[in-house]
Amino acid sequence: MANYPIVQNKEKARGNVFSAGGFYGRKTPVRGKELWVEKVLMLSASLFILAILLITLFIFAKGIPLIAKTGLTDFIFNTEWNPTKNKFGIGTMLVGSLAVTLGALLWAVPLGLITAIFMAEIAPVKVRDVLGSFIELLAGIPSVVYGFFGLIVVVPFIRDNLGGSGMSILAGAVILGIMILPTIINISRDAIRAVPEEYKINSLALGATHYQSIWRIIVPAARSGIITAVVLGMGRAIGETMAVVMVTGNATIIPDSILSPVRTMTSNIVLEMGYAAGDHQAALFATGTVLFVFIVLLNLIINISAKAGIKNAHR
Amino acid sequence: MRGRKKWMVLVVLSMFMVSALLIGGCGKKEEGDKAGDEAGLTGTITIAGSTSVQPFSEVLAEKFMQDNPRVQINVQGGGSSQGITAAVSGAADIGASSRELKAEEKGQGLVETVIAYDGIAIIVNPANKIDNLTREQIRDIYLGNITNWKEVGGEDAPITVVCREAGSGTRGAFEEIVMEKQDISNKVIIQNSTGAVASAVAGDKNAIGFVSLHALNDKVKAVKVDGVEAKEENIKNGSYKISRPFIYLTKGEPTGVVKAFIDFVLSEEGQKIMQDEGAVPVK
Repeated sequence: MANYPIVQNKEKARGNVFSAGGFYGRKTPVRGKELWVEKVLMLSASLFILAILLITLFIFAKGIPLIAKTGLTDFIFNTEWNPTKNKFGIGTMLVGSLAVTLGALLWAVPLGLITAIFMAEIAPVKVRDVLGSFIELLAGIPSVVYGFFGLIVVVPFIRDNLGGSGMSILAGAVILGIMILPTIINISRDAIRAVPEEYKINSLALGATHYQSIWRIIVPAARSGIITAVVLGMGRAIGETMAVVMVTGNATIIPDSILSPVRTMTSNIVLEMGYAAGDHQAALFATGTVLFVFIVLLNLIINISAKAGIKNAHR
Repeated sequence: MRGRKKWMVLVVLSMFMVSALLIGGCGKKEEGDKAGDEAGLTGTITIAGSTSVQPFSEVLAEKFMQDNPRVQINVQGGGSSQGITAAVSGAADIGASSRELKAEEKGQGLVETVIAYDGIAIIVNPANKIDNLTREQIRDIYLGNITNWKEVGGEDAPITVVCREAGSGTRGAFEEIVMEKQDISNKVIIQNSTGAVASAVAGDKNAIGFVSLHALNDKVKAVKVDGVEAKEENIKNGSYKISRPFIYLTKGEPTGVVKAFIDFVLSEEGQKIMQDEGAVPVK
C-alpha cells in the first residue's frame, strides 16, 4: 500500500474504501479499471436522471397547452368529458380516482396493519415465514391478472348479490385493496420491527400486557413508518391502471353510490389513447399531467410526514 | 484466460455483424429486382377523407407500397365531407367517404367505387329473450331514456348499457347511424375494445352492446334491427340498416397508378385485408 501514495490519498479524501484500487491490493492497471467503473456508474446514474427529466418535460409539454386552452379550473373540475365535441373536463375522473383509492384504503389499511402487527409481534417464526412468502407472491402477481380475477369473480358476485352491473367503485376498491396489501404490510411490519426493543421491555416491566404495549407503545412509535406505508399504498392505488380499467366500468359520471361505475384518471388515458388525435390526445396527456402533479404531491407528503415523525420520536 | 475470452467475444460479434450485413444486402438486392420486374408502376397517390376508412386505407397502402416500392401513397384523414371536396377539387387523387353521397354532392364528375361495407351488430346476452329491437329503441337505450328491459318487451330487469370509448371508429359509426347526432348517455359502461364489449355482454345477462360484425361469436346474441338479421348479405343488399359503405371517390374514371391501387383494393387480396381489418367485403 505504501507504494501507492496517490491512490491512498485519494481514498482518504473520498472516505470510501471501495472507490480506490488499493483496497483490493492489486497493482496499477486495476486502478485504471476502477476509474472506468466509476465513470460507467456515474453515467448510468445521470442517464436515469436524464430519463426522468425528459419524461417530466414531455408530459408537461404535451399537456400544458390544452390545460391552458381549457383553463385549469375548468379542466380539473368540469364534469363533462366529450372529447369528440371538444368538452374536456376530468372532474368525474378526479372523483373516480379518489373514490376507488379511498375505498381500497378503507379496508386494506386496517387489515394490512393488523397483519403487520401480527407478523412482527405475535406470530411464531414458522407462521411468519409462510405468511411472508404468501405476501411476496401477492406482490408479484401482474396487475392484469388481478383485473381478470376481478372481472370473472368480483364483478359477477357484486352484480348477483348487490345489484347494478357489478362494474363499480366497490369492485375497483376490492381489487385495488388486495393489490396494495403487500405494500402496506411489508413497510409497516418493518417499521414495527424497527421500534427499539427497550420500549417494549420497559412497557412490560411497568406492568402493561403485551397487547397494551403493542397498541400504546409500539404502534405509536412506528407511526411515521406506518404513515409511509399508507401513503405508498395510496400512490400505488392511484397509479394502478390495468386492473381498474377492467372492473370499474369507466362511465364518466359523478358516482351516487359505491355500486355506480366510475372512471379514474389512469383509466381515461389507457382507454382512449388508441384512437385519440389532436386536442383529444392532448387532453389525455393533460390528464397525465394532473396525475403526475398529484403523485408528486403525495411523495412530498411522505417526506414531510416522515421527517415530522423523526422529530417526534426524538422528543 | 481473460485475453482469450475477449478475443472470442470479438470474433462472435464480428461474425454477427458480417452476417447481418450479408442478409441486409441480399434483402435490398431482391427488392430492387422485384421493382424492376413490375415495370412502370411509379407515382404518388394522395388519399384523404373519412377517418373511419383511414385505417383501412393505411393498411392497404402499406401492402401496395411493399409490392410496388416506387409508388408513394399518402393517407390523410379529415372526414367524409372533406374527402368529397378534395376529390372534386383534385387536392386528393382519391377521396374517401364512409357515407352515401348526398344529392348535391353527386355529379361533379365523381366516380364512386364502394370498396367495402362496415356493419355493426347489436348484441345482448344469449339468455336475453329479446331478439328484435328498432333503431328508435336502441337509440333510447343509449340515450338513457329506456333503462329497463320490460320497456322493450323483455323481463323486468335494468339494462346494463355497454359502449366503446370516445374516438373509436365503431362508436363513431354507431353514433352516426343510430344516435342521429344525439350524445350517448355518460352513464354507460365503457370498454375499450370490441373483445371487451363482447365479454362484458357475455358475462351479464342484462347487458346490451355493439360490435363490428366480424367480431360476433356464439357467447353473445345479435338481435335483429327493425326485423332484419345482422348478416353479411343483408348488409350488402342494404336491408340491414346499421351499416355504411366505404367509398373511394375519383374525379373521372381512375387511371394509371390510381387505377392500379383501386384494382388492388378490389382484388381478392385487398378484400381479404379489409375483411381481416373488420369490414364486410363487397365481393
